[in-house]
Amino acid sequence: MTKRSGKSGEWLQQLVFVGPGLIAFSIIVLVPFLLGFYYSFTEWNGLDLNKAHWTGMDNLNRIFMRDDKFWAAFGFTLRFTAVTVLASNLLAFLLALMLTRALKTRNLLRTVFFVPNVIGGILLGYIWQFIFTKGFKTIGEMTGWSFFEQPWLGTAGTGFWGLVIVFVWQSAGYMMVIYIAALTGVPKDMLEAATIDGAGYWQSIRKVTLPLIMPAITVCLFLTISNAFKMFDLNLSLTKGGPGTSTQSLAYNIYAEALVNNRYGLGTAKAMLFFLAVSLIAVTQVWLTKRKEVEA
Amino acid sequence: MNRERSLRYRLVGIEVFAILLALLFLAPFYFVLVNSLKTLGEILVDAASLPEIYKFTNYSRVWDMIRFPTALRNSVVITAISVAGIVTISSMTAYRLVRRPTRFNNLLFLAFISSMIIPFQSVMLQLVRVTSILELRGDLLGIVVCYLGFGLALSVFLFHGFIKGVPLEIEEAAVMDGCSPYGVFWRIVFPLLKPIAVTVVILNTLWIWNDYLLPVLIIGSNKDLTTIPLAVTRFFGQYTKQWDLALAGLAMSVTPIVVLFLLLQKHIVEGITSGSVKG
Repeated sequence: MTKRSGKSGEWLQQLVFVGPGLIAFSIIVLVPFLLGFYYSFTEWNGLDLNKAHWTGMDNLNRIFMRDDKFWAAFGFTLRFTAVTVLASNLLAFLLALMLTRALKTRNLLRTVFFVPNVIGGILLGYIWQFIFTKGFKTIGEMTGWSFFEQPWLGTAGTGFWGLVIVFVWQSAGYMMVIYIAALTGVPKDMLEAATIDGAGYWQSIRKVTLPLIMPAITVCLFLTISNAFKMFDLNLSLTKGGPGTSTQSLAYNIYAEALVNNRYGLGTAKAMLFFLAVSLIAVTQVWLTKRKEVEA
Repeated sequence: MNRERSLRYRLVGIEVFAILLALLFLAPFYFVLVNSLKTLGEILVDAASLPEIYKFTNYSRVWDMIRFPTALRNSVVITAISVAGIVTISSMTAYRLVRRPTRFNNLLFLAFISSMIIPFQSVMLQLVRVTSILELRGDLLGIVVCYLGFGLALSVFLFHGFIKGVPLEIEEAAVMDGCSPYGVFWRIVFPLLKPIAVTVVILNTLWIWNDYLLPVLIIGSNKDLTTIPLAVTRFFGQYTKQWDLALAGLAMSVTPIVVLFLLLQKHIVEGITSGSVKG
């Protein structure tokens, strides 16, 4: 047996095992990301991809001084994230509490609540466009409830809540799965001990269950925050940012700036600010919730 | 005795409540299915009732209009090749990163993890430029390479966590028996990675199958590579408010992934669970 030893063998192994991954990651993620820092300071139109003029701080000035729509989209995204993160995690946790009980239809119900997750945001947006415009109208006529008879998606307010409803409907099932796994891991004897000590149902959830499932809460918050903050597909197919640009998310605003207005340089500058905002929010959240995690 | 009975009643109450909630959750699908079989006139009059005559021609018309078989085939091919590539490459990379934690490899792992936070919008325009220079735009190889690049980070991370738990003794025994480093990985280690490989396959399949923006940018106007999300979006642009056709198109477009989910649901739920706790 000839043993391939020494440096050349090691190098070859490094190349074979890591090479393909490193190359794909570099051309698709790393290089474009680093290039972003350069293009943020240029005027670059999408029609002539090769030419970008260095314009220094122009893009940033423009964004900070004159781009009301960008900041409106920013505000919209923050409000949307706050509401959906709260609503989808509460709903998911409630579903998980119910579906860890000994219900006869438990498995079927888990499946039902999860289904919206396997369908992409684009298709869900179109489906709900129909529900809001035609389905709700019919229900409104049948029941006479004014809730259903509003101009759904026709105003800034109803558009916002329309997006919230669909997002929560879609994401709650996914978070439910994670919460169910965490709840199943909570030791029964600890809950029994709490009951013997006189804790009520909600009290033992707050004092025993919640601290023990903190890792799952960290993950679910991270996933919902970053998904809500980056919402794009749903926005595109459900409201197209409208009416006007009143329900435009940040991701959609960047997309429109670059691919509709053909201002790639400005779009890149916005995209890099977007990256900074996402990182800041996500890192802060993980840091905050990680501190609350305890050992069982 | 009394206490037990009240507990049982409460359980029944929870069950009824959960079932009602589930029906509410399913209502959108009811609306889509029912109305996809009606005429447009019937939809506009009443969107809730069952169709008077079941009109399957909506389906056959849309089937041809959006070239459904082509879109389905493209979605399957692109997803399958990309996912197979991601599993192969990310497991190999992760293996090496765990077993040879040199400074470079540790740095690389850090780069993979941190890149997960980058929103797609922050790289998409530069990616368009890079892929045009490399002549990767508009063809199958191009889109697959893009999915490899974007799918790697999470997958390497998941494999990395799992491989750390694989005992080194098994590999040492194989080396003693004369196995090459590549043999050790493919014959000994890789088969042990099956549980986490299932997770990687599932998470990547779901997002690649449903992805919209990357195909728009990379496949663009190449009609022969149109995936399902692209076909549906193009159709909606042309036939706004033709709900009879649109709903039939939506129903047939969501069917493949929903069927796949129902067949594999146990694995999907496990995959998501094991994928999330590692985070």
